[in-house]
Amino acid sequence: MENNMIITTEKLTKRFPMGKTEFTALKGIDLKLGMGEFAGLIGPSGSGKTTLLNIVGSLDTPTEGKALVLNQSIGNLNAKQAARLRKEQLGFIFQSYNLLQVHTVFENVEFPLLLLKYSTTERKKMVMDALDWVGLTDKAKQKPSQLSGGECQRVAIARAMVKKPSLVLADEPTANLDAANSHNILQTMEKLNQELKTTFLFATHDEKVIGYLKRKIFLKDGMLDKDEIL
Amino acid sequence: MAQNIKNMKLAIKLAFKNLIGAGLRTWLNVIVLSFSFVIIIAAKGILVGWDRQAKNDMTDWEIGEGQYWNENYDPFDAFTLNDAHAAIPTEFKSDIKNGDMVPTLITQGTIYPEGRMISILLKGIPPQQTLLKLPTHKLDTVVGVIPAIIGSNMARSNKLNIGDYVTIRWRDVNGTFDATDIFIADIFTCNVPTVDASQVWLPLDSLQSMTLLKDEATILTFANEENIQQTPENWTLKTFDALVKNIDDMIQTKSVGQSIFYGILLILALLAIFDTQVLSIFRRQKEIGTYVALGFTKYQVVGLFTIEGAMHAILAAIVGAAYGIPFLLWFAKTGISLGASSADYGIVMAETMYPVYSLGLVAGTTLAVLLATSVVSYWPSRKIAKMNPTEALRGKLQ
Repeated sequence: MENNMIITTEKLTKRFPMGKTEFTALKGIDLKLGMGEFAGLIGPSGSGKTTLLNIVGSLDTPTEGKALVLNQSIGNLNAKQAARLRKEQLGFIFQSYNLLQVHTVFENVEFPLLLLKYSTTERKKMVMDALDWVGLTDKAKQKPSQLSGGECQRVAIARAMVKKPSLVLADEPTANLDAANSHNILQTMEKLNQELKTTFLFATHDEKVIGYLKRKIFLKDGMLDKDEIL
Repeated sequence: MAQNIKNMKLAIKLAFKNLIGAGLRTWLNVIVLSFSFVIIIAAKGILVGWDRQAKNDMTDWEIGEGQYWNENYDPFDAFTLNDAHAAIPTEFKSDIKNGDMVPTLITQGTIYPEGRMISILLKGIPPQQTLLKLPTHKLDTVVGVIPAIIGSNMARSNKLNIGDYVTIRWRDVNGTFDATDIFIADIFTCNVPTVDASQVWLPLDSLQSMTLLKDEATILTFANEENIQQTPENWTLKTFDALVKNIDDMIQTKSVGQSIFYGILLILALLAIFDTQVLSIFRRQKEIGTYVALGFTKYQVVGLFTIEGAMHAILAAIVGAAYGIPFLLWFAKTGISLGASSADYGIVMAETMYPVYSLGLVAGTTLAVLLATSVVSYWPSRKIAKMNPTEALRGKLQ
């Protein structure tokens, strides 16, 4: 991988149709993110941070420019290749957890492994390890509806981390949590970043999250405003 | 290939989990669909049972394993009867003697019950025959006049009872009218209207004498299709399949009519599943987005939702089996009484019809319902392929 870069974007532009006109969400973003970074895209609503996160997560494609994620050009991937990239290399954490409600905590965390080639024994060990990282081994048999918001987000972190992905993308992960829970899950993610060397990229405007970031990438009106590395 | 099988297993597992997780809505759909299963199998079973019973009754009472018809005989044209007779071929004599073949002579006649004049068919048959179920041994009765047996519908419509004497009139081969009294020796009950309605069965010898057609017959019914010989001159071979073709055609016609009813029944059940699918896709956009984020392609999600919908049919088959098997077994035992006899319909039909369920019927119905359910599940699921996953993840309506 070129200079240990996980993400490289060059003149990345994204436009959305808006009636008869177009809205430009990203305007020529140049960004490089290295392996093991704990970085965040910071900016107000409409600044383009979620759009950038979606393109990096191969859920969307650039209109212009280049986005290389783990050496794969997002714009050139077909649906199958994009799905494989997400399945094998990426982890997602969402604002509203997006847990599968009919499944137990164990099954939610196991889900990404079911799409990969792991045996039942391997899966069980990996899921229990992931639940151990987030301190939820005792909740394995419970359903998401039986958990608090903080616990749900910890399940989501375990689900994102269970396959030990190269990159975890977290979109406003603390938006629905109180301060105590926010710190709790941020500490968990910080610990996983240090122990597993997983790269984390957040999209946030939450001060609590910003306080934990090692790199702060400020976006404003779809453009890179400031890039602070601590 | 192995990965595809693994994906399919995963989709089935997920679909089942989601379906059970949906709770009451799933079970309401499943119960409605299971009704369709059971009713379709029961109703189709009645048709199969009717077909089987009709063929059995025709075999037992009228056609055996097949017949030779005199070349002029046309059962739908009474004018052919004057010429529809010929000498019984000598090569069949031994079969007739052994009871493997029964000759029948048919001629037009008139009966005068209570002074009324009614057209009938006079049929002569050897009293000692056992190939057909007709109680022809009763024609051996010696009473001084010609003994006759008639069917219960003929007896009812002409107010005739066992022991009655009644006048009949006929024309011999030269066209000369003659008349005599006959004695009703027995009244039989059978479901084949062409053996019963407007039919009077007499001893073959008597009818041959009455019509001056000694040793002649109109129909030769045989017991075993395997013994078919070369068809003699003046005779036409009518195989079993040809003779029951009318029944098959009628059942086929009924079957088409019934299929419309099944279709409506099935559509009602499928509408509920279609509605559930549409609602699911509308309500579960975040979940759809999550599947895509976790590594599914949109087409895999379409497949998952299709399997989920189609699984209604599998659950319906299981639920239907739970109450349907005891019901269908009971129904097969008690049958359904139509409260009318075959003569009222003019077709071979028992007063009580017993359904017959074949493996093909059950498997065919299950497959048809599964296929139809899969189609209505796939139809709304196609919308997923057009969804934007980033908007789906936010639960934004698309």
